Amino acid sequence: MSAVAPARAGSTMAQALNAALRDAMREDRSVHVLGEDVGPLGGVFRITDGLTAEFGPDRCLDTPLAEAGILGTAVGMAMYGLRPVVEMQFDAFAYPAMEQLVSHVAKMRNRTVGRLPLPITVRIPYGGGIGGVEHHSDSSEAYYTHTPGLHVVAPATVADAYGLLRASIASDDPVIFLEPKRLYWGRAEFDPVAPVEPIGRAVLRRTGTSAVLITYGPSLPVCLEAAEAAAAEGWDLAVLDLRSLVPFDDETVCRVVRSLGRAVVVHEASGFGGTGAEIAARVTERCFHHLAAPVLRVTGLDIPYPPPMLEHHHLPGVDRILDAVARLQWEDRG
Amino acid sequence: MTVLDHRHHTSVPGWLPGATAPRTDPAPLLPDASPVRVLGTPALEKYDPAVLRELYRRLVVGRRYNQQATVLTKQGRLAVYPASTGQEACQVAAAMALGAGDWLFPSYRDTLAVVSRGVDPLEALTLLRGNAHTGYDPRAVRTAPLCTPLATQAPHAVGLAHAARLAGDPVVALALLGDGGTSEGDFHEALNFAAVLQAPVVFLVQNNGYAISVPLTRQSAAPSLAHKAVGYGMPGRLVDGNDAPAVHAVLTEAVERARAGGGPTLVEALTYRLEAHTNADDATRYREDEEVTAWREHDPVLLMERHLRAAGLLDDELVRQAAEEAEALAARMRAEFHTDAELDPMSLFAHVYAEPTPQLREQAAQLAAELAAERAAEAGVRQ
Repeated sequence: MSAVAPARAGSTMAQALNAALRDAMREDRSVHVLGEDVGPLGGVFRITDGLTAEFGPDRCLDTPLAEAGILGTAVGMAMYGLRPVVEMQFDAFAYPAMEQLVSHVAKMRNRTVGRLPLPITVRIPYGGGIGGVEHHSDSSEAYYTHTPGLHVVAPATVADAYGLLRASIASDDPVIFLEPKRLYWGRAEFDPVAPVEPIGRAVLRRTGTSAVLITYGPSLPVCLEAAEAAAAEGWDLAVLDLRSLVPFDDETVCRVVRSLGRAVVVHEASGFGGTGAEIAARVTERCFHHLAAPVLRVTGLDIPYPPPMLEHHHLPGVDRILDAVARLQWEDRG
Repeated sequence: MTVLDHRHHTSVPGWLPGATAPRTDPAPLLPDASPVRVLGTPALEKYDPAVLRELYRRLVVGRRYNQQATVLTKQGRLAVYPASTGQEACQVAAAMALGAGDWLFPSYRDTLAVVSRGVDPLEALTLLRGNAHTGYDPRAVRTAPLCTPLATQAPHAVGLAHAARLAGDPVVALALLGDGGTSEGDFHEALNFAAVLQAPVVFLVQNNGYAISVPLTRQSAAPSLAHKAVGYGMPGRLVDGNDAPAVHAVLTEAVERARAGGGPTLVEALTYRLEAHTNADDATRYREDEEVTAWREHDPVLLMERHLRAAGLLDDELVRQAAEEAEALAARMRAEFHTDAELDPMSLFAHVYAEPTPQLREQAAQLAAELAAERAAEAGVRQ
């Protein structure tokens, strides 16, 4: 990723997220943003840029630096009828709030027999690939997907960033909103009023006839690039963007896998106990007789997130994806 | 010059403006050296007799409630009960210090505070009985669910109080904690947020001497738990937690101060857990009989009775009424817990999300099929 991007038309994902927050706050006075540095600074990634100026320091609240306190305070605000949008500054900085998330945010609706739903959106700049030092590049989705009561959403396009964030804020359930940092500055044309698929629906980003790459978030562009490269080798790969891990779109995933018979799951989080393991198991349970090969996984290594000068070895790239595709038991290739 | 070098030049006028001067005068925030007392002091004569009689009545009923709930655990009718026996003054005073529109954030030991707030005594025990996690409607009774993790309800109280103030509503939130809870990070974060936001919230720490088995000396090295308030920039208050009117007075003052925009207060109530941590705990392993016996002499129900009688504020009629009410409640608890509740297994899926995910729908269908098969098998056996 170049530090200085050439001026291009369209919006960045960062701008789309900012627009989603602003539009949600304009439409609904109960939407409040809180977090560390979200005020005049606009967040370290500028996602909350200008919100304090437009809506005041109460609705875009700079808090003390304490993630459990931020999320715990948001719980109380939601109990009183507000719709808090919490920013966790970086993925690994969200861990102090884990108890609030797991024991309260995820469970309050259940604990109160439906009487206290918590419409909280937790935005988490997520994943690697931007040269961050340690604790700034974790892929933490498996912690969240393993927690019943949370929705877990990961946009990969500018339009989805806007549409899914609006849907997350509008949701009466808590949503973990994973923002792929390395896609923040990618530009695309998007129309904020154009409908996007709702949370819980996967979208086929590229059709194909040979096999499907199943992915989400920061790995989507990598998979699309791999699919382009695969064409030169004679494979016509479909690319499926999950968009949401909870709820999981079994229906679309299974339809595509059954039609093609071969699937590779790609994500940058570590593989062991990861989301890819869940997806491979689900697909195998539901599509076994349609499969021509085992469902393979291409993931980050099972290591703590590496220092930036080594992260390219950790992150799944085009070659590792193509290697997996080559292992999909193509009888006619010997 | 390095950054550290600058620290040696604090005498330079204008350097780091404001950072070296105290932002708050700590003196008014410090708790008094000895805990506030009303019983046995001239303050008792000036206290509203109606409040004193109501406190007495609730203490007597609360003691009986604690006893009956503990018995129900021995009969297997409650999964567990963390008794507040010995701490009843904190519990009933907490409820009575709040207005109807205020919110209570109880911990797992605060069932009696919830009951004293007006929640049905049996609904307040739903969690501990094992039927559901919460028996009452938190919004309707303005009482959060009993919180099992320690101190995690404290930031909720701050957030709710903050939101209420933004809405212009005169609502105060009261968070109940134990001495062990003050060691948790969420306690620290809640107090810090409350003070920074000047949220209308009151924290009541019921220091009952032990966090399960660990004594206060292994919990905190602070002069008192109330002293912790000063570091956050809020007043700390120390009160005799077995003196019901004293707890009521200190909490009422803190609640009204919060309501008037004065910000949060931390109150430490010195009390004692006369029973074990729960019915599953053996308190003889970590404390001496002499200590318990000494605290029995300082029992909140006995203290109240003794001092009200001495002041001529307690008559036999009130004693009889309170005892009758207590026995009626105990009888109702025995009667209603006599049978197993009818629970719907399909309710397991009802309140995970607003709309069940496709995955939960599948699992619900599977459980429904299992239940149908069980019913069919039972019907077959009966035939």
